[in-house]
Amino acid sequence: MSNESSPTATVPAPVNLPLNKKALTADHPTWCPGCGDFAILNVYYRVLEKLQIPHENIVTFAGIGCSSRMPYFVNSHGGHYIHGRALPFAAAISLGRPDVKVFAFGGDGDGFSIGGNHLTHAARKNTNMTYVIMDNSVYGLTKKQTSPTSPVGFKSKTDPTGALDRPINPMRILLNSGATFVARSHAAQIAHMTDMLERAARHNGFAVVEILSECVEFFEGAFDGAVPRKGGKFETIELKKNDGTPEDALRHDPTDEVAAFKLAGLDWPGKFGVFYQHQRPTKNELEAGLVARAREKTKNASDLALMQGTFAKMR
Amino acid sequence: MVSPNSPVTGEASPATPPAPVSHTLLPDVVIRLAGNSQDGIQSIGGFLARLAGRSEQEVMTFMTIPSTISGGPSIFQVRMGSGEILSAGDQADFLVAFYQHSYDAHINSLRAGGVLIYDSDHVTPNPDDKRFTHVGLAITSATIEAAGGTSKDKGKNIFVLGLIARIFDLNLDKLRKLIQERIGGKGDDAARAALMAFDAGYAHPVENLLGHLYRLTQGGPQQQDRPTVTTDGNTALTYGLLAAGVRYGAAYPITPWSSIMEVLRTELTRYGGLFIQAEDEIAAISHALGFAYGGHLAVTGSSGPGLSLKMEALGWAGMAELPLIVINVQRGGPSTGMPTNVEQSDLLQAIYGSHGDNPRVVLSPKNVEDCFYIALEAGRIALEYRTPVIILSDQAIATRIEAFEEPDLAKHMVTVKPDLTPRPADFKPYPFDGISRHAPPGTKMLSGKYPTVTGLEHDELGHPTGSPVLHAKMNAKRREKIKKLAASLPAPELYGDPEGDTLVVGWGCTYGPIREAVMRLRSGDAPMKLAHLHLRHLSPLPPGLAETFRRYRHIAVAEINDEGIYGYGQLAMLLRAACANPAIRSICKTDGLTYKIGEIIAGIKKISAGS
Repeated sequence: MSNESSPTATVPAPVNLPLNKKALTADHPTWCPGCGDFAILNVYYRVLEKLQIPHENIVTFAGIGCSSRMPYFVNSHGGHYIHGRALPFAAAISLGRPDVKVFAFGGDGDGFSIGGNHLTHAARKNTNMTYVIMDNSVYGLTKKQTSPTSPVGFKSKTDPTGALDRPINPMRILLNSGATFVARSHAAQIAHMTDMLERAARHNGFAVVEILSECVEFFEGAFDGAVPRKGGKFETIELKKNDGTPEDALRHDPTDEVAAFKLAGLDWPGKFGVFYQHQRPTKNELEAGLVARAREKTKNASDLALMQGTFAKMR
Repeated sequence: MVSPNSPVTGEASPATPPAPVSHTLLPDVVIRLAGNSQDGIQSIGGFLARLAGRSEQEVMTFMTIPSTISGGPSIFQVRMGSGEILSAGDQADFLVAFYQHSYDAHINSLRAGGVLIYDSDHVTPNPDDKRFTHVGLAITSATIEAAGGTSKDKGKNIFVLGLIARIFDLNLDKLRKLIQERIGGKGDDAARAALMAFDAGYAHPVENLLGHLYRLTQGGPQQQDRPTVTTDGNTALTYGLLAAGVRYGAAYPITPWSSIMEVLRTELTRYGGLFIQAEDEIAAISHALGFAYGGHLAVTGSSGPGLSLKMEALGWAGMAELPLIVINVQRGGPSTGMPTNVEQSDLLQAIYGSHGDNPRVVLSPKNVEDCFYIALEAGRIALEYRTPVIILSDQAIATRIEAFEEPDLAKHMVTVKPDLTPRPADFKPYPFDGISRHAPPGTKMLSGKYPTVTGLEHDELGHPTGSPVLHAKMNAKRREKIKKLAASLPAPELYGDPEGDTLVVGWGCTYGPIREAVMRLRSGDAPMKLAHLHLRHLSPLPPGLAETFRRYRHIAVAEINDEGIYGYGQLAMLLRAACANPAIRSICKTDGLTYKIGEIIAGIKKISAGS
């Protein structure tokens, strides 16, 4: 503080305060009152408070849709990209800047329809990032068209007599694609969501949490079947504790892919929790390994020396 | 060329140096090699081009490859000489035909009086065709005999290289060294077999059939500070990107772009960077924009159809104002079209593709050497003006080999690192009165407010807005920065008469043929008052074009695309709109090949005659 009055100190040294909700809050959300997305936003604040990543190293990125407005409501570096393509954009942030923590948000349309190809490849490449799919089973921003997770029979403006096409099973797609952390939660379950998002954020690799988030405007009651106070069942997946007890034999081993597939095949509303978690090398690590080996071969030559070597061979 | 005009088949003889015979001096020579793509005729062409480069001679090549997966007819044409070589030559002086189909398809590309060298094991030329000197050699059996073993006729390309070396008295030491360098990597046996084939070709007393041998006149003393390098356009562009500071990128394979991404994928790791093979074209540009957002100079690239797929993301990049280099190695379109042929039909897609008002920068290299410098310029513009910059190369420039002075690498190398300096409290990501400068993630914001990059219309702080006033203001901001760039561009070089009959305007690979056509028409018995202006900046156009155009009675715009519904090629249409000059006319074609000088001359004559 000694140079506070110094005329040259035009840029004060940045001060790191513990990151709290106030510091993380940006524009007031534009979602409809009652939207499930508010709860997800609050859980995101809460998880960031727990993680205490340096404020400038948090990146919140999204595609297009109601859910994808998220970056405007979170005070962090971030952006709002084009429909369905947030994953390749966000993956490149992670690969190009391993010093920052990348969160991507999107909806069911973004993730499973227009961006379905990217979801598959982001998962198989296992880029280190967290992806939250806010699934409302309807296109809300465009005012009620059928989405890839809309149930058969759902009446929308594009299917006035009821949807015909079998909906996507998000857990199965994610397991098949090679995502290394796959979890499912519900926007009415704050504590569960917080747990899932925190686990995902702490996972080294491509981590996905699908959160059922009701659109009160265009698909009211869509997920009541999983809301106990509305007569539904919210059954969570109990994870193995490896304590040798007989109860433990019945608990789920998240590294067991076959068991995860079985869970994914349960009748709706199914179960909630960590379906699958597995460690395998991330793309970040694999690419860094390529660079390390290549640099070793060059004996850490300068860029100029490398370039001069190449042109010498063209003579 | 005086020699018996009848087919004669020769036999290989022991390795002896050519007996002293007269050498006819040639200023330059065009050799066309016609065979199948698996015969390695590209590598003979490559050897000759590289030799010419090392012998301080000018060189230019032209090749076609079949779009089939393996095999199929293929040609490689090389023009070497001591003067300025601007094009690969309209007609060949020498044709080497490996097969009957090579002979049938290419005999008419040989000029009257030229030399046909054919493999008598496979080719029977028309004995009544007296236009050419026929030199028949049992190339296949001679190669098998020379190389022996089980390699069959593999190496007949190198046999022909030896033959050409004898015909043109080429530098044997340099050629042997090149063969060692290029083939030695495949093992000692491969190099030994190649040198045996080469020696057998060189030992063949071909002068007995030709009547005499040739020698290229030596060029004047080199007016350059650095050695000559020989490479193709895609390679020059690749290393231009590396020199420009590109360390990150992503793409999806497509011909003829792919060779750039193949090299970058490996090369970037040596420079500590990263290149991703993406799942599709859209993911590729999205990755590249993610890298750009992270504070790097990034590249994505493709060919025509791939650029179309990237258009939505390009619109976002214009709106969000991120720097990006996008390469389009053009090919014949639309759709899969003619994927291994040249065309310049992506100009309007490059400038105007995408949705909304979205001014952006489009550059085009005029030749192989320029590929290196255009990449440097693209990098500089992208970073300074925070905009996507599209480089329109094309199949012809991408694949042909030229010799040029090695760039001054120490002078040109650029280092780009993310700027993570904390941003002051009054930082605005999208200021009205300046060019947007993003703070990449990892940057502390002293205001405590972190910025959002966005494709929604936004205010100066990046907040979304539905205000029509702001939208108009931001559109103007994005337009004005491109106009600012335009005002800073140098006037394009004008070659020829400062005023007069016809100004020929071109872009991209038409540079050489236009320049040679203008040179020819300005000399001779009835010289015309002509000039050549070649545009490297296609959007924005450089200043002063309208004034320059008014000094000529006719403006002939030569490009390889269709004349379209309104009778004008894509650049001609743009220039007519920008300059409102009715004297602007088009020379167009879409036969998948580069212009011949004769085609440009015919076009100029037609336009200057007012027809």
